[in-house]
Amino acid sequence: MSKIDAPQKDLLVIENLKKYFPVRSGLFQRVTAWVQAVDGVSFSVREGETFGLVGESGCGKTTIGRTILRLTPSSGGTVYFDGEDVFAKRGAELKTLRRNMQIVFQDPYSSLDPRMPVGEIIAEGLQIHGIGNSKERAEVVTEMLAKVGLNPYHARRYPHEFSGGQRQRIGIARALSLNPKFIVCDEPVSALDVSIQSQVLNLLNKLQAEYGLTYLFIAHNLSVVEHISDRIGVMYLGKMSEITNRETLYRNPLHPYTKALLSAIPSPNPRVRRERIVLTGDVPSPLRPPSGCRFHPRCPIAVEICKHVDPPFEQKAADHWVACHLVPASGTVNQH
Amino acid sequence: MSRLLEVKGLETRFFTQDGVVHAVNGISYDLNEGETLAIVGESGCGKSVGVMSLLRLIPQPPGRITAGQVLFGAGDDRKDLLKLSDEEIRQVRGNRIAVIFQDPMTSLNPVLTIGFQISEALMLHMGMDSAAARKRSVELLELVGIPRAAERLDDYPHQFSGGMRQRVMIAMGLSCNPQLLIADEPTTALDVTIQAQITDLVKRLRDEIGMAIIWITHDLGVVAGLADRVIVMYAGFIVEEAQVKELYANPRHPYTLGLLGSLPRLDETRAHRLTSIEGLPPDLIDLPKGCPFYARCKYRIDICAVENPLLLPIGPGHKVACHRDISKVAPTVVDEVETV
Repeated sequence: MSKIDAPQKDLLVIENLKKYFPVRSGLFQRVTAWVQAVDGVSFSVREGETFGLVGESGCGKTTIGRTILRLTPSSGGTVYFDGEDVFAKRGAELKTLRRNMQIVFQDPYSSLDPRMPVGEIIAEGLQIHGIGNSKERAEVVTEMLAKVGLNPYHARRYPHEFSGGQRQRIGIARALSLNPKFIVCDEPVSALDVSIQSQVLNLLNKLQAEYGLTYLFIAHNLSVVEHISDRIGVMYLGKMSEITNRETLYRNPLHPYTKALLSAIPSPNPRVRRERIVLTGDVPSPLRPPSGCRFHPRCPIAVEICKHVDPPFEQKAADHWVACHLVPASGTVNQH
Repeated sequence: MSRLLEVKGLETRFFTQDGVVHAVNGISYDLNEGETLAIVGESGCGKSVGVMSLLRLIPQPPGRITAGQVLFGAGDDRKDLLKLSDEEIRQVRGNRIAVIFQDPMTSLNPVLTIGFQISEALMLHMGMDSAAARKRSVELLELVGIPRAAERLDDYPHQFSGGMRQRVMIAMGLSCNPQLLIADEPTTALDVTIQAQITDLVKRLRDEIGMAIIWITHDLGVVAGLADRVIVMYAGFIVEEAQVKELYANPRHPYTLGLLGSLPRLDETRAHRLTSIEGLPPDLIDLPKGCPFYARCKYRIDICAVENPLLLPIGPGHKVACHRDISKVAPTVVDEVETV
């Protein structure tokens, strides 16, 4: 992996991204409330790196991925891809942009059209963008299948003939066929068994090194994210809690939520006895997020100010951003 | 500690249109009172079918338990569960052996209140009247850490979150003081912080009540902090059995070794390539003649293709089904890097 000498240019810059979903009710389906799925998130993804986005269900991580690709319209904020404003693009410009931004979905069962042979699934993007004639497209399909560890004769088969891991490989081949710069991987391995999961993770690593790809890797499993990512953002209830590189996140997490999340992961080593922080309660509904810091009702170290003031997302140390009142700039937690 | 459960040569088949699915292929193990046994394996390895067969909770047809004995109970009370009448097995289910399932969403009845669903078992098995059952239900909900238990008794399942529903399931499981609790991937559908709450709860209850637990999971991480002993299953066979520390320190079956290597781990600081297991598990309708792991095994030799190894002891409490001692020999098959 060419991670060390990766250039530091920002490929994707997300500024104050917001996505609110309306809740409609009553006879006239009037909007009665808003779900604040993503509420003012900013971060950047550097060229050639893997940025991991981690959080529990309902924290807005998938919504961010979909909003960046304009699969759902945003409610506010801007996204720059390679210096260009993604939300300002229309028509042909948008189409060109989309060639460079692809996605691999979570569910390898519902994300492939059951009535299309695999070869057509992989070539569909090429066809839409008018690349090559049918013979050239067939060559690309063969090449892509080989890249993801499948055989050329698989092109004539249908998705139901494949296992979950193989389907996810097809999904990856489809994303790669247009030779994109950037791929959103939305929980690509969470539906797979452990031994198959590691095959797909190794494949993603190999392809990144080969094509110089940039990944936004979304997952709820912190060990998977930690394994594959260069930098990691931890989300809680529509907001970013902490962003830093993988080593720092594991060795010196600053946000109390990150600490709890890390300590909740069971270690596959029965001799390791770590300090465990077990959070009480559930993630609150994004329909009625708590006042102040959204994490305060479950936070083990919350103080009075946390109930009223939303902590700003600030740089607390080199390459380390945290949203917490109790983390001073020096980078150690102030316990009250 | 005395023996609570003894499974001998259990075999479960599903007779389908496509052929006979060999889901469980002659597994034998035992369990002591108060012990926690984890059964680990990937989807389709027979771990759930094997355990559900104990209680005869297999859909029949197409399923059938074709061989084996399941001896449950201590001393004179010991009976073969597979030979009991339907009425007798019903007295065991939910009473002496309780089950909690993976999906708390579909295993609770959505149109009945939580209170009704817990008291139903109490009235049926313990002969309580409705007032006593209601009182006991409140105690049980408090035991599993549901706040304002008395008020929540009249709520419906959809009014609870996933983690809270799993707590309700555990309360129902514990209602008749079972000797054995079977937990079928109870934390798989939950977020990691909620998963930690539930495993801690089960550990606390086990220490308080002293029941034995069979915990079915695919997550080797959960197993490490919870179980006394581990059974690893592959294609309907037990391939390795050991005390939990022994298994992680000295895995002796190539499949166990592969599974441990496939896990991304937080306690490793350097980015490394995961040693994945190539290929796919075998088709259970058309099982290979030799070792079921042959096609994916890095340590295979000629005999493995023709003879399925027996599960044999190799040390105190440690059994493995492999023709070779992989702690002493090198892999015979080199990684083909390009075909990932």
